[in-house]
Amino acid sequence: MTNIKEMVIISGKGGTGKTSLAGALSSLFQDRIIADCDVDAANLHLILQPEEVLQTKEFTGGKKAKIDPERCTKCGACKEACRYDAISENFVIDPFSCEGCGACYFLCPAKAVDFSPRLAGHYYICSISGNGRFVFAELLPGEDNSGKLVAAVRNEAREEAVKTGVNFILIDGPPGIGCPVISSITGTHLAVVVTEPTPSGIHDLKRIVELTHHFQVKTALVVNKWDIHPGYTREMKQYCAENDLIFLGQIPYETAITKAQKEAKTILDFAPECAASGAIREIYTKLHDILEEA
Amino acid sequence: MQYTHDEGMKVMKDMNIAFASGKGGTGKTTVAVNLAFFLAYSRQQVQYLDCDVEEPNGHIFLKPEVHTRTPAMVMVPVIDQDKCTHCGECSEKCQFNALVTLPSNVLLFPELCHGCGLCVSICPEEAISEGKREIGFIEKGKAIQDIDFVHGILNVGEPMAGPVIQEVKHQYRKEHIRVIDAPPGTSCPVVKTIHDADVVVMVTEPTPFGLHDLQIAVSVAQNLGKPIGVVINRQNGEFPPLVTYLLNNSLPVLMVLPEDIEIARCYSRGELIIKTLPLYIDQFMELAVNIGRLLGKKKGGR
Ligand code: SF4
Ligand code: SF4
Ligand code: SF4
Ligand code: SF4
Repeated sequence: MTNIKEMVIISGKGGTGKTSLAGALSSLFQDRIIADCDVDAANLHLILQPEEVLQTKEFTGGKKAKIDPERCTKCGACKEACRYDAISENFVIDPFSCEGCGACYFLCPAKAVDFSPRLAGHYYICSISGNGRFVFAELLPGEDNSGKLVAAVRNEAREEAVKTGVNFILIDGPPGIGCPVISSITGTHLAVVVTEPTPSGIHDLKRIVELTHHFQVKTALVVNKWDIHPGYTREMKQYCAENDLIFLGQIPYETAITKAQKEAKTILDFAPECAASGAIREIYTKLHDILEEA
Repeated sequence: MQYTHDEGMKVMKDMNIAFASGKGGTGKTTVAVNLAFFLAYSRQQVQYLDCDVEEPNGHIFLKPEVHTRTPAMVMVPVIDQDKCTHCGECSEKCQFNALVTLPSNVLLFPELCHGCGLCVSICPEEAISEGKREIGFIEKGKAIQDIDFVHGILNVGEPMAGPVIQEVKHQYRKEHIRVIDAPPGTSCPVVKTIHDADVVVMVTEPTPFGLHDLQIAVSVAQNLGKPIGVVINRQNGEFPPLVTYLLNNSLPVLMVLPEDIEIARCYSRGELIIKTLPLYIDQFMELAVNIGRLLGKKKGGR
């Protein structure tokens, strides 16, 4: 049995500073593998700046249908079967509307439909400074935002962790509450929710906590830009106390974070003395203790 | 050619203006709700449709009075275990692994089912019929400034946003300027949302993250053949790589909003920028005119 601890950073919604926090934390944790599971729009590599891609793997997603006009008799059976209006009047399939259900393929009497798996994205295993490993993936634009690719990235990270003998896996999760998020939190030791003190922040927080509780994952909260609305920040702390969540910390509004991003640096490297950096270091210390115990 | 404010409005009538972003948190909703308000305030008939069904937020700013609430349903198979011979045909063909055939019965995992109906048509024993399952709901109402408001809400733990988005889109009203808030990202639900947009407004931030996400989102919209314009939000000094990218791809900048803690505060209180900080009204007027221009070009080009 290994004793590898997995932690995932998520947010009910994008743009709450999740990736900036993940980048900063990955420079503080020593003994770790980092995985970017935001496969829809991977960004962490822009901060971590991998030294070398050690391995590239292909990811095939669901199947998509295509009609061979030579064989098609225009009988219309496929069009009638397709519930996604993906088949046009002259029997051409719109790949963007096709769900890949296969109804047209199985029901076509002329066997005119090609239904084969398509390349949906790639994932990469990279080396980062200090002999670390970083796994991230990129979905091809417009492809299904697949929980399967998230699972593939997590698997790869686990294998690398075993191979290199490290104890922590730090996952930058996808935003939202959909399928990829579910894939990224299940079976982790801790989910860290990053949120902002706004009405939508509170709303999104409650929804994501419903999800982490549903999957029985221990949950902690970080409030970013806490000082834009101290009242909501208090409300969120209160919410933590009432709902069995760990309040990990609060980070002040800091314009240097955008500047750090522009230079592709973590805030800790860019402005180590600013209040936000201090707050992140405190968060790290708490996190480390929680994971050791988990 | 001179292009007036009024002409811009005329061109926008009966059009779908979709707001997208490579990623969440770029201010897409902020821009969409403020534009909707601006247009309504300029005496246009406006409909706001929130297709960000995983986390709809438009209502926080537009404060609709909801008058109808209807469930969003998807089809699920109902298996008549008496007729079923456990041949395994259905589970083998279901592309989403929603069915599992056991020796004594067939199990359905409803969250995985896409409601495609394939199993119903292929079961040799006609043992499968169509049932319905609720995965979310649609709310309609009147928002401030008489904006016609529609949003969809996906139930927590449901992975399939598509059918709820479809329901929202069925509520289109003619003769209105339809402002559509798309989900963030570049996956399926986004494609579903912007598929029938007349113009796509991409909201981005001038940072490497923002640019990276914008590039992906633009390629999706370009694949769909949509006219695209860009709104730069939280501008805090120019970001040259973004400028170069926009120039090289002939993407027009429709509006620039600066990084301003007052805007963040206003957002955190659920207020509209143009109501609380009227100095930004001009920007939104410019946005409206520029969108009209993009649409005008599109019309002329056809
Ligand atoms: S079912 Fe087959 S033959 Fe009939 S219209 Fe469709 S593709 Fe053509
Ligand atoms: S695979 Fe399904 S969704 Fe795609 S075209 Fe065929 S019937 Fe329609
Ligand atoms: S295809 Fe019909 S008969 Fe066969 S296992 Fe499925 S439900 Fe039962
Ligand atoms: S309706 Fe389609 S997705 Fe649902 S169980 Fe049947 S075949 Fe599978």
